[in-house]
Amino acid sequence: MLEIRGLRASAGGNEILRGIDLSVNAGEVHAIMGPNGSGKSTLAQVLAGHPAYEVTGGQVTYMGQDLLEMEPEERAQAGVFLAFQYPVEIPGVSNAYFLRAAYNEIRKARGLEELDPMDFLDVLEEKLKVVEWGPEIMSRAVNSGFSGGETKRNEILQMAVLEPRLAVLDETDSGLDIDALRIVAGGVNRLRRPDNATIVVTHYQRLLNYIVPDYVHVLSAGRIVRSGGKELALELEARGYDWVEAPAGVA
Amino acid sequence: MSSPVETLVNNEYKYGFVTDIDADAAPRGLNEEIVRLISAKKGEPDWLLDWRLRAFRGWQKMSEPHSWPNIHYDPIDYQDIIYYSAPRTAKPLGSLDEVDPRLLETYTKLGIPLSEQKVLAGVAVDAIFDSVSVGTSYKARLLEEGIIFCSFGEAVREHPELVRTYLGSVVPSSDNFFAALNAAVFSDGSFVYVPKGVKCPMELSTYFRINAEGTGQFERTLIIADEGASVSYLEGCTAPRRDTNQLHAAVVELVALDRASIKYSTVQNWYAGDEKGVGGIYNFVTKRGKAQTGAKISWTQVETGSAITWKYPSVILQGDDSVGEFYSVAVVNGRQQADTGTKMIHMGRNTRSTIVSKGISAGQGQNSYRGQVRVLPRAHGARNYTQCDSMLIGNRCGAHTFPYIDVQNPTASLEHEASTSKIGEDQLFYCKQRGLNTENAISMIVNGFCKEVFKELPMEFAVEAQKLLGISLEGSVG
Repeated sequence: MLEIRGLRASAGGNEILRGIDLSVNAGEVHAIMGPNGSGKSTLAQVLAGHPAYEVTGGQVTYMGQDLLEMEPEERAQAGVFLAFQYPVEIPGVSNAYFLRAAYNEIRKARGLEELDPMDFLDVLEEKLKVVEWGPEIMSRAVNSGFSGGETKRNEILQMAVLEPRLAVLDETDSGLDIDALRIVAGGVNRLRRPDNATIVVTHYQRLLNYIVPDYVHVLSAGRIVRSGGKELALELEARGYDWVEAPAGVA
Repeated sequence: MSSPVETLVNNEYKYGFVTDIDADAAPRGLNEEIVRLISAKKGEPDWLLDWRLRAFRGWQKMSEPHSWPNIHYDPIDYQDIIYYSAPRTAKPLGSLDEVDPRLLETYTKLGIPLSEQKVLAGVAVDAIFDSVSVGTSYKARLLEEGIIFCSFGEAVREHPELVRTYLGSVVPSSDNFFAALNAAVFSDGSFVYVPKGVKCPMELSTYFRINAEGTGQFERTLIIADEGASVSYLEGCTAPRRDTNQLHAAVVELVALDRASIKYSTVQNWYAGDEKGVGGIYNFVTKRGKAQTGAKISWTQVETGSAITWKYPSVILQGDDSVGEFYSVAVVNGRQQADTGTKMIHMGRNTRSTIVSKGISAGQGQNSYRGQVRVLPRAHGARNYTQCDSMLIGNRCGAHTFPYIDVQNPTASLEHEASTSKIGEDQLFYCKQRGLNTENAISMIVNGFCKEVFKELPMEFAVEAQKLLGISLEGSVG
């Protein structure tokens, strides 16, 4: 589904990603771990097409297409979803309106008919269960006055509605208390399907107790320095990032 | 790659066409003879001519306000303007069927069909073309309720006592430079009278169209809601695309007697000039209402057009327990300049006012909010709430805020909130990541920002206003 080859990217002239290689197949969950500043969030943003990052080398192929050539909205319409680390407020625009607009853009791109507000409500009702929310949340303005936990739940709700093929969760666990973490992780697990894939970017192993990955990759200074199964996360938890900071053979 | 939140250009102004029609125009320039000519063409009584002449003599001693508004333009040559232009259809019209088909077509093209079968359900329209009213719909239906809705000229002929009582009672001819000019040379406008206790059963609206070249438009609107009456009124404005500036100096007076209520909404979309700032309307307008005991006056404006906007729809809260409101969205793009806001003058006890101003600046536009809240000594318990928000799109525009507060009664309570935000790349990116393209994302963010004002507009026009906002900001990001 996703093939990343030698990806390099910089922001403000500083190189952050220095040659990333990663393959993700449908049905898989990959965890990207690493210390602060290792490039985890940059990788997530670059995959979504954030204009602040300049890709300086490498290729990314998504479902047979050159992802880096696509506009951010084209990527979204093709099924790439980024759950933001810091979701953005849109005052005066209700959650329901925003979600329906996004949902319809994606339907249009797939050649499906747009849904009117009433039909969309039926879709929503089901999806709200994924994050254990009632309908009240839909009349509030997008992320306006939301608590940290609510913004993250809202990201998962959007993911549930938009049904991405490739979801990238950027530090979705940061700032969550244990109950919110359980709900958010539960939501992600319910959305796992054999035909979609998830990349979980996280600093802590804690989230991976709830969202169990098939593969764990450790990022350091813009490169993947170690890959393994879910047990790698536990080992990191026990031994700290220092243990893997330097690529094998260099230390 | 240039930043997506930048570059501004050509938004196609779709009302920029010209109607080819003969006009009966006064010679260029302004002097007492022109004032007399206009008055004579309208067949006005002597008292009105005298009123005009007094205004004209006052105006000659005044000077164009250049020091205090935050707008910049070369002084206007008042001798190079045509002060009267009327489509040559001569005689007063008995009904809409007699209106020149080319004029009807013009309004249809503007989306304002005048024939009552096609007109927006429940909206009566007075159409002003250059200086004169070309037709008013639903007059008969309104008259059943005793409501007078007609052109200003007709009101002078048919209801002189009402006009004489209230003309200049809210905006005196000596009020300011442009109001004095208007008083001297105004040619037409709309007139509304709603009798005691009557709730006007439909929206009333005036559609202003400037067509002729080199003319100024000086219309005058007078709306009187008698005791306990209520009315909702909307005006819309467009003009052809031309590379010279045209002056529009209108006056609107609202009279709300005891317990009456007037809601006045404006969707202003005069031609704004091109991206280099060539051409466009100078929209220098005086709008004010006077509210008596328990009366309410509410202004809502969506200002997207004009090269320069200078207007401050205000309320004099004269009666006890009267209420004044001002809801405004002002958008500048390209080289547009706007200096707009309101005055709330609290005179009576327990008077209340609300000001919600949303300024949006894009391109190289400059947007100023200027508002005055005055509480006079007798206004015990007066309250004001002001909220003033500015949004910037791009790096070359400006937002300015000039609030004036003058409180002379210690029991008054005033609140002022202000914010400035920028449509950031993060906000845009968030929307794009959810599948929205740039234009839809901007339109959504801006409409959300303006929501508190749009909800004050009559339903049909709220939708129009949202669309208009989208068009005004088209191309504001690259």
